[in-house]
Amino acid sequence: MKEQILSVGIDIGTSTTQLIFSRLTIVNLASSYTVPRISIVNKEVIYKSAIYFTPLKSQTEIDGDRIGEIIRQEYQKAGMKPEDLQTGAVIITGETARKTNANTVLQTLSGMAGEFVVATAGPDLESVLSARGAGADKISEEKRQTVANIDIGGGTSNIASFRKGNLQGTSCLDIGGRLIKIENGKISYIYPKIRELAQRHGIRICEGDPADGKVLYRVCEYMAQQLAMAVYLQEPDDFHKSLYTNDGRPLKREPAIEAVTFSGGVAECMRNGGEADIFRFGDVGVLLARAVLADSAFQKIQQYQAAETIRATVVGAGTHTTNVSGSTISYARDKLPVKNIPVFRFTEEEEQDKKAFLEAAERGISLYGSEGAVEQMALAFSGKYHTGFRQIQELASWILEGADKILKSPYPLIVVIENDIGKVLGNALNVMLERKKAVICIDGIHTQNGDYIDIGEPVAEGHVVPVVTKTLIFNGTVE
Amino acid sequence: MVNENDLRTIIAQVLSEMNLDKGSQAADAALGSCQSCAKEPVIEEGCIPDVTEVDIREQYLVENPANKEAFYDLKQYAPCRLGIGKAGGRYKTDPSLQFRAAHSAAQDAVFSDVDQKFIDDMGLFSVQTQCGDKDTYLTRPDLGRKLSEEAVKTIKEKCQTHPQVQVYVSDGLSSAAVAANIGDVLPAIEQGLKSYGIQMGTPFFVKYGRVGAMDEISEITGADVTCVLIGERPGLITAESMSAYIAYKATVGMPEARRTVVSNIHKAGTIPAEAGAHIADVIKKILDNKASGTDLKL
Repeated sequence: MKEQILSVGIDIGTSTTQLIFSRLTIVNLASSYTVPRISIVNKEVIYKSAIYFTPLKSQTEIDGDRIGEIIRQEYQKAGMKPEDLQTGAVIITGETARKTNANTVLQTLSGMAGEFVVATAGPDLESVLSARGAGADKISEEKRQTVANIDIGGGTSNIASFRKGNLQGTSCLDIGGRLIKIENGKISYIYPKIRELAQRHGIRICEGDPADGKVLYRVCEYMAQQLAMAVYLQEPDDFHKSLYTNDGRPLKREPAIEAVTFSGGVAECMRNGGEADIFRFGDVGVLLARAVLADSAFQKIQQYQAAETIRATVVGAGTHTTNVSGSTISYARDKLPVKNIPVFRFTEEEEQDKKAFLEAAERGISLYGSEGAVEQMALAFSGKYHTGFRQIQELASWILEGADKILKSPYPLIVVIENDIGKVLGNALNVMLERKKAVICIDGIHTQNGDYIDIGEPVAEGHVVPVVTKTLIFNGTVE
Repeated sequence: MVNENDLRTIIAQVLSEMNLDKGSQAADAALGSCQSCAKEPVIEEGCIPDVTEVDIREQYLVENPANKEAFYDLKQYAPCRLGIGKAGGRYKTDPSLQFRAAHSAAQDAVFSDVDQKFIDDMGLFSVQTQCGDKDTYLTRPDLGRKLSEEAVKTIKEKCQTHPQVQVYVSDGLSSAAVAANIGDVLPAIEQGLKSYGIQMGTPFFVKYGRVGAMDEISEITGADVTCVLIGERPGLITAESMSAYIAYKATVGMPEARRTVVSNIHKAGTIPAEAGAHIADVIKKILDNKASGTDLKL
């Protein structure tokens, strides 16, 4: 059995907007004598769009119409229709996510890009996606090292570190090539934090000043130093902390970073910097690339070539957001797909005690409801402590008792479990509910409290569903 | 031909040439000195650690390894007896004991019977194949596929005829597998079938049964689908692995290819309760398609 699904990734970043299509190959790895084990075995990018400057109406507003036009044209060029796509993600990243109309733009695109395509944003997610797109996770797994990818974009630098292929942590700094813009040989824009960074080192730059390459290069050197501090190649100074986006947290010191990869637009300039006009992009990206290359701290550490540079984030969004569920699950077919479902996750203690479980369920359900009304949501837990048939019946009865409000709402009961008990728990729920309520009970999916998930239409003979988990708030580290 | 007397003479001669008499005196002396040193035996409190409790994925015993971490990581992929070191050319004591313990567990699983109380607790009645005892069962696979006359009679008496699905349990080559898994698998199948509105016949237990016995049972009960939950031949990793063999309208003498199999059901393989839910699903597909084994694409 071999099946292919198509995925789209759209990244609207601070400086560029890009799109890719990729093909994910799904195969049953188990023999025909055992329970199926369906996995994504290959991810292949089949179309890369041109790289567009992100159209803005003003410094604070994205030009949604122009972006829509770009996307439409690229779909046409690739010969794709929205209905061809089974999965994917649209993300607004970096500084762009802070624009006033970001959400409206996402919503318009979401409808246009395909039934199952979803909208996400958030610096931590971007860090993970760009690092996976750059292949830092694979390098780390193969070399058995702790590898950090630094995705230096226009507005932010996103860092994710992996140890032996496993995500260790993320961080995001306000360092980027477009935080100082140049027009007609003059500085037209300086991001306040960068102005402050320069000032602390005795460099005064103002909007309207003539763009002096030497002065701006010195500013970029300090920016590069801050990046080295973020991965502890250099001891962080007093100012370092204030550079984290949205007051985010830095990476943990342990495990120590053993190697780095660079992605993002600035990494592209690091590879193909050349001697041409340093301000040809209307910003300091080329200078920042040179400064990172020349930085003494980065020269001391092992560096690997990233698989993607400027396209790392969009490749990550298009190919690394989709997982497949476990292969023995239970779902109400007519309720799928579901999108943007907030996840309430029970702690392992709550999972083991009925009283705590019920209290947590009450709290969780009211958390995502407003004014007594229940919103569509998913209940998640490890499932490690209920594996026997009787224990599962007990767990099912707790769920039904705790989720009473969901049962009375028009939404299906959605349960997301890590351990392989999805089908038997789903059966138990269905029998207890006499099939009077739609139940979606999937396993093999790791979630955290506050994640959002999308569950797609079944693939592989209905054995599995594609699942996109959007982790928005693991600010700084993964526990 | 050398006669017996000649043989005795030759052996006596050889023994005297080997000077064995003196040797045995020396051995006696050594024994004497040993006894003297062990005059006051010390009895310690406590137990020797249970070798079967060791997780072989966690145990790494190679001395002075080139890269312990990398080898340890590889070990996590599968429960294999790798990286267990050696003492000279042999196994170390601990792995050697573990190996023998696993082998004993496997033998026990084959040679012991399923506890009658367990069968009663599961609410199953019990019938037997034409094998009168374990030895016959192990040496005569053909008899393990045929029911005794009494068994045929009992099944006809006690079982509902023409059920949609007939599920039964059999010891096969591992009684331990039946004891470990049936309590979770059987009710999960029942619940799964119930949730699909599929009606299940009267389950029972077949002692000394091989897979092929399901064909005769299918013919007797007239079930559309027959499913046997049977202990797998034990290995050295687990003695508790169970399989389900399922067939649509099985008949005696039908090709083996008509059986659908779900194997590797045990707590470290497919979780028994989840396997039960999956088997119910497979049964539904078999009923829907009126086909099983290689005739059915799952």
